Amino acid sequence: MTYTLEGSTGTWEIVVGLEVHAQVISQSKLFSGASTLFGGEPNTQVSLIDAGFPGMLPVINHECVAQAIRTGLGLKAHINLESHFDRKNYFYADLPQGYQISQFTHPIVGSGVVEIELSDGSTRQIGVTRLHLEQDAGKLLHDQDPKRSFVDLNRAGVALMEIVSEPDIRSPEEAGAYLRKMRQILRYLGTCDGNMDEGSMRADVNVSVRKAGEPFRTRCEIKNVNSIRFVTQAIEIEAMRQIEVWESGGSVDQETRLFDPGRGETRSLRSKEDAHDYRYFPDPDLLPLVVEQSWVDELKACLPELPDEKRARFQTEYGITAYDSGVLVAEQSMADFYESVAKGRDGKMTAAWMTGDFFAALNRTGKAIEESPVGADKLGGMLDLITDGTINGKIAKEVLETMFETGEAPLEIVERKGLRQVTDTGAIEAAADEIIAANQDKVEQYLGGKDKLFGFFVGQVMKATQGKANPAIVNDILKKKIHG
Amino acid sequence: MSLDLATTRRIAKLARIGLDDQEIETVRAQMGGILGWIEILNEVDVEGIPPMVGTSQTTALPQRQDAVTDGDRQSDVLANAPDREGPFFTVPKVVE
Amino acid sequence: MMLTDLTIAQAAEGLRKRDFTAVELTNAHVEAIDALNGRLNAYITVTADQAKEAAAHADKTLAAADAPTLTGIPLGIKDLFCTKGVRTTAASRILGDFTPPYESTVTANLLANGAVFVGKTNLDEFAMGSTNLTSAFGAVENPWRRNGDDTPLVPGGSSGGSAAAVAAHLAMGATGTDTGGSIRQPAAYCGIVGLKPTYGRCSRWGTIAFASSLDQAGPMTRTVEDAAIMLAAMAGHDVKDSTSADIAVPDYRAACGRSLKGLRVGVPAEYRAPGMSAELQAVWDRGVAMLREAGCEIVDVSLPHTKYGLATYYIIAPAEASSNLARYDGVRFGDRREGASLDELYERTRHDGFGEEVRRRILVGTYVLSAGYYDAYYLRAQKIRTLIQRDFTQAFESVDVLLTPTAPTAAFGHNEKPEDPVQMYLNDVFTVPASMAGQPALSVPVSLDSTGLPLGLQLIGRHFDEETLIAVGSALEKAADFTARPTFRAGAAA
Ligand SMILES: [Mg+2]
Ligand SMILES: [Zn+2]
Repeated sequence: MTYTLEGSTGTWEIVVGLEVHAQVISQSKLFSGASTLFGGEPNTQVSLIDAGFPGMLPVINHECVAQAIRTGLGLKAHINLESHFDRKNYFYADLPQGYQISQFTHPIVGSGVVEIELSDGSTRQIGVTRLHLEQDAGKLLHDQDPKRSFVDLNRAGVALMEIVSEPDIRSPEEAGAYLRKMRQILRYLGTCDGNMDEGSMRADVNVSVRKAGEPFRTRCEIKNVNSIRFVTQAIEIEAMRQIEVWESGGSVDQETRLFDPGRGETRSLRSKEDAHDYRYFPDPDLLPLVVEQSWVDELKACLPELPDEKRARFQTEYGITAYDSGVLVAEQSMADFYESVAKGRDGKMTAAWMTGDFFAALNRTGKAIEESPVGADKLGGMLDLITDGTINGKIAKEVLETMFETGEAPLEIVERKGLRQVTDTGAIEAAADEIIAANQDKVEQYLGGKDKLFGFFVGQVMKATQGKANPAIVNDILKKKIHG
Repeated sequence: MSLDLATTRRIAKLARIGLDDQEIETVRAQMGGILGWIEILNEVDVEGIPPMVGTSQTTALPQRQDAVTDGDRQSDVLANAPDREGPFFTVPKVVE
Repeated sequence: MMLTDLTIAQAAEGLRKRDFTAVELTNAHVEAIDALNGRLNAYITVTADQAKEAAAHADKTLAAADAPTLTGIPLGIKDLFCTKGVRTTAASRILGDFTPPYESTVTANLLANGAVFVGKTNLDEFAMGSTNLTSAFGAVENPWRRNGDDTPLVPGGSSGGSAAAVAAHLAMGATGTDTGGSIRQPAAYCGIVGLKPTYGRCSRWGTIAFASSLDQAGPMTRTVEDAAIMLAAMAGHDVKDSTSADIAVPDYRAACGRSLKGLRVGVPAEYRAPGMSAELQAVWDRGVAMLREAGCEIVDVSLPHTKYGLATYYIIAPAEASSNLARYDGVRFGDRREGASLDELYERTRHDGFGEEVRRRILVGTYVLSAGYYDAYYLRAQKIRTLIQRDFTQAFESVDVLLTPTAPTAAFGHNEKPEDPVQMYLNDVFTVPASMAGQPALSVPVSLDSTGLPLGLQLIGRHFDEETLIAVGSALEKAADFTARPTFRAGAAA
């Protein structure tokens, strides 16, 4: 199913490539020993290296290199054993050195691939061109003073991974799926927290349009879009703008644009582009970065199971559906929770309870799975009570709800509230006899072929036993009594 | 080699060095002279020669362990600022 | 003999024998500075009070048995090294009253070795130049005069203040930095010893950068032995500089006076530049004869890419400088010119803050890195740099050291500076190739020219083989017996 846009001259296809800037999880910055913690007092997490003081020199953080390699491996990409750091020269108030140390000609990670899944269940491979390490810039505050902007360098020098995709994306939905998948992979790897609100993951979006079968037309780059929803909106809006430009006989200029979600438009940043000529050259303060294949192999051996593999394994190992499996692996913590419940239990039953009542309860209480008052052992304990016949499924819902409220163990709740399933056939038979006697007309109708009425009798018996009767026994007894 | 004024202006802009018309002209002439003199390098056959990367003693880049060893020195960072406001450096208002 | 006439080696011994105190030694130098610096302008900042305090402390240290070598020795520090709590200017207006909250590794090493800093010496702005005329703090005068001529002469550059201070006995030694000849050329102009170590030998951390792939700190002294003593204290691996070499520092002083028997000395044909004065040629020949006499084998060698060294340098050094000097923008430190917009602030600050030569180099560097020119200039220059280095590597297969002149001329007058920057750059023609290849090199004063000005010879060695330079340099020094002293010097001020 191809995504297209209709213009006045016909059907247009869109071409999108994404540059994701992902903040590396590390204690200290890429080239200095200052902390990377978010939200510190202004200019406190700054070394004189980050502030570009005279004579200060960069020394690279080993862990940032490891994180870039892990990410490369997670993207099934080629790891370049030798890579280089270049200076990207430009003047701006958030760039203390007057250049950003980045990797231009020889990035640490080469081409890789990300598989995305679309709402219709189809999958697509999106190529990753490269991943490189670079420094983040500082932060400017514009709203504190009528005449001046203020500069905070706490973020200056924090390590970023810039992950560049091939122009393989053909719809806003694909762009969203790509970003979600990228975030999921980074989180699984523990290399970036993927938090777009705090800016630890941001995207530059390259958009162009073309008629089917044409080569690429000129693209525009929309800078620093900070949510997945905005990315999909920006693509649609920018594509429509370009179509209008082409169709009115104009031509699209290659330029940098800004997405304004408030106005629902993209705006040219041409004024800023004017003098951009980055004069890249190898940073003479840094030698080539050389890593050993043996180290790469070690990092690879220690990589966690990634979402795609985990999802496939859940399907085969626990016999659950692709859909449930996809839901359960969305977050590493969820997948871990599922596995610790499902181990030694019925995987399907576990999946049904987790994706059903358990997630609903988490949602209702606004809790993340890590803070769930019902841990894996308690949820497992509850499932065991169903399996061994102590409670039935209906009662289990009540038990789960109480567990969320009180944090009690499932058996405690069952005992305290007297929720044990009634398996005493005498009590059930007595209830059945009473109900059959009181509803002879319905018995007639049922025997006359109205099969659905059987449910009525079951419901009445359950009601009479406060829901605690074992449904299988109720069925047996009713069948025997009605059919004689 | 002669350098045109527009290029000289563009270079001065890139380098963020404000020059008046007379200075631009002087710089243009002098840079033209230097760039002309540098053209001697075109004689050299560099086919297949790798550029010098890093330094003469190229070994692998040393890497430091990931630990917080710096920062928390706001007063040092700000002490030399020609204009500051509280904990911030300042610049003329930037419109983004 | 005056205390200011002693060498570092002699003074160290005298201090240990309690012939005099460190305070006396420092006071003698501070007095000499008071007497002469007004004229020579060798120091931008004199730190007399700190020096006296440090000297008093040194006397206490000396009372203990194992005081480090330089304890109590008064040194000048080129004002390119950041010194904690002491204004550091790079001889530029743009740094304003910049006072670093940190100490450069090289000066920290010297302090740890007991040295006493008497002041920050003048230099060409940001170390760009070979005359010391580009300093925002005024020109330095060479303490030497031509016979019967009072024309003020340049001390060379960029470490001209250091060279003048050491030559005039206003310090026993001084630190210099050398990017394309900035230690060796002023050493030659001022009749002292200057040693540029192998790239990576001394840490660059805390030294204001000019061209990062070339900058090296080194000692400037009156004897080769003193250079060996100082280098041993300055050098060493530094984890804060990623280009610093993790190679042990040998006992350089032990190389002084080492036998040269069987050592092969190369004389590169290409340094016999057309237009070389007969006088300079004669000094070079004398140097060759002296080394032959000392037991060396003289070998003719070829360094075919020598003639491209200077042009290569004037691409790479400005390119790196244009980037290194981008941080001087009037925001976090230094002098600032306000502007209505950010760009106006930058443009005014950098126009007013940088001198003409620095601006010119930043512009050339910006040009050669700009879109469309990078391959033709910078990349090509880095390839030629590889060829220049191969020349040296090849030469060192057949010789142990090279002998060349240090500079094409003796010091010239302040008013005799060529107007054309390219003519000016030719001063570095003999020093630049070794810089491009990262080789260590040493300039030793050998004789006076017919006008009475010193001329120096340069020794170039293998990477990290400063010891051979010191061994050969001390032999050359001994044979040359260069005892002439400049017109202006401590106790002999005209
Ligand atoms: Mg980008
Ligand atoms: Zn980037």
